[in-house]
Amino acid sequence: MAATAGTVSRASAPERPRPLMQRIGRAVLPAYTGLVVIYLFLPIVVMAVFGFNDIEGRFNFTWQGFTLDHWQNLFNRYPALNQSLLNSLTVGIISTLVATIFGTLIGLALTRYEFRGRTPLNLLIFLPIATPEIVLGASLLAMFVSAGIGRDLTTITIAHIMFNISFVVVTVRARIAGFDRALEEAAMDLGADEWTTFRKVTFPLIFPGILAAALLAFALSIDDFVITQFTAGQTVTFPLWVYGASRIGVPPQVNVMGTLIFFIALVGIVLWVVLQRREMTAVPTTVDH
Amino acid sequence: MPGWLRRHRGIIPYLFLVPGGLWLTLFFVVPLITTASVALQEGSLGTGYRLTFNFGIFVEAIQTWDTQLVRSLQFGLIVTVLTMLIGYPMAYTIAFRGGRYKNILLLFVIMPFFTSFIIRTISWKFILADQGFVLGTLKDLGIVEDSFRLLATPVAVISGITYNFLPFVVLPLYVALERIDPRLIEAANDLYASRFQAFLRVTLPLSISGVFAASLLSFIPAVGDYLNAELLGSRNETMIGNVIQRLYLVNNDYPQASALSLILMLGILVSVVVYRRFLRGQELTV
Repeated sequence: MAATAGTVSRASAPERPRPLMQRIGRAVLPAYTGLVVIYLFLPIVVMAVFGFNDIEGRFNFTWQGFTLDHWQNLFNRYPALNQSLLNSLTVGIISTLVATIFGTLIGLALTRYEFRGRTPLNLLIFLPIATPEIVLGASLLAMFVSAGIGRDLTTITIAHIMFNISFVVVTVRARIAGFDRALEEAAMDLGADEWTTFRKVTFPLIFPGILAAALLAFALSIDDFVITQFTAGQTVTFPLWVYGASRIGVPPQVNVMGTLIFFIALVGIVLWVVLQRREMTAVPTTVDH
Repeated sequence: MPGWLRRHRGIIPYLFLVPGGLWLTLFFVVPLITTASVALQEGSLGTGYRLTFNFGIFVEAIQTWDTQLVRSLQFGLIVTVLTMLIGYPMAYTIAFRGGRYKNILLLFVIMPFFTSFIIRTISWKFILADQGFVLGTLKDLGIVEDSFRLLATPVAVISGITYNFLPFVVLPLYVALERIDPRLIEAANDLYASRFQAFLRVTLPLSISGVFAASLLSFIPAVGDYLNAELLGSRNETMIGNVIQRLYLVNNDYPQASALSLILMLGILVSVVVYRRFLRGQELTV
C-alpha cells in the first residue's frame, strides 16, 4: 500500500489487473469459511425440515408435504420416547451439579494452593479426556459386572459425573488462572475473613467460568451415547432411544425434539453472551496494573 | 474456620481434592485395573472366570482383529488430516479476518453441538442415502450412474466422523491463532517474505501447539468411534470400536473385549507420544 511514486510508475503498467485478482484472492478465505458453515449446518437443517414432513408411520425418508402434526402431537405418540427424554434430563441435571461442584473444588485447589502430588493429579484429570469414550464405558461395564452391580439410571449418572469432572476442572482452571489475586488481597486488607472474601469476591469473579463449565457438562451429558450404552443396562436415554429407533425408522417427533433442543440451547447461549457483555460494560471488574 | 483446620492449613487443598479425586479413582482408575485383570482371566459368564495371567490373549486379539485395528488407525489418520485441512483455514479466517463477526462465526462452529451426535449422524445417513435428495437428484439428471452409492462405503464413514469432530479441531486452532501477534506477520512481510512464506515460517510454527491439541481431539475420538461405522458403513468398514462393542454387549466375551480396549488405549497413547516427538522435531527445523 505504501508504495513510493517511483515504484508505482515502474510497476503500474503490468500490474493493472492486480486489484481484481487481489480482491478475488482476499475473498477466497471468507468464501471457504462460508462453505464450511453451510456444511456444518446441513444436517441440522435437514433434521429441522423433516420434522415438518407429512408422513404416515415412521418411514421419514422422502418429502411428502408440509404438516404441523408432529409438533402438535409431540408427546402423545411415543411414551417411551418421553420417558427417555426425562431420563436424559435427570442424568444431565444430577451429573452436572455433582461434577461442577467436584471439578470446581479441584480447580480451586490446583490454582490456589501449593501441595504435593500435582503431577499424578494432573494425569488423573487429563487421562479421562485422552481416553476414547468406548474404553471409558467398556471398563466401567467390566467393573460393574465383576462387582455384580446391576446397571440402571444410577450407573449412568455415576459414569457421567466421572467424564464430566475433567472437563469442569479444565474450564474452571482456565478462568481462575486469568484472575487477579490483588482483588482478594484488597478484601482481606479491608478486614474480610477468608470465607467472606470467597463469598463476596472470589466466587462472583469465577462464577462465569463455573457456569460455562456447567453448561458444557450438561451438553456433554445430554448428548452422550457411547458411555451411556455401556452403563445403561435396560434403561433408555434420549440418544439410546433414537439409536434403537434408527433400525426401524426414526419418527419425526425425534426431529422435532432435536429442533427444540437446538433452539433452546441457541437462545440460552445468546442470552448468556448478551448478559456477560452487559455485565462487562456495566461494572469495571478488572484492575490493571 | 475451625481451630484444628487453622492449625493444619496444609490439608485444605487435599480436602478440596477428596470428592473429585476419589470419584475419578473409583470410576476411572479402578475400572481400568479391572479391565486389565479381566483380560488376563479365562472362562465365561456361565462358568465363572479364573485369573490365569493369559498374556497370550493380547497377541491373539491383535491377530484376530488386525484388519479392524489397522482400519481404525487409517480412518483416524485420514479424519485428522481432513479436519485439519477443513478446520485450519476456517480458524485462520476467524482469528485474523473475523473482525466483528468473530463471535457469531465461533457460535456457528459449535452449533452442531446443540443437536445430538446421534441425530446428526442419522441426518447424514439420510443426506447420503442412495435415493436421497442429493444422489437421487444427481441420478435423475444422469450425472452419476444409478449404481453409484456413498452409504456403506469408507467415504461415508470417514466423512461422517470428519463432520462430527470438526468443531473440536477449529476451536483449539482458533485459540492458538488468536494469540499470535499480527505484528510478527507484518514484520515478516516487511522483510520481503511473500504471504505464503510468512505463513509457513511465522504463523504455522506459532500455531503448532493448537495443531497438536486439535489433532488429538479429532484422532482420539475418531479411532475409537463406532457409531458412524455402524450407521453409515457396511461390514467392510467395521472399526475396532464396533468389535469391542459387539464383544462386550452382544457376545459377552469379556476377556477378549477387555484385551482389545487396552490395546486401543495403549495404541493411542503411543501414537500421541510419537506424534508429539515428531512435532517437536518440526518446530526445531522451521
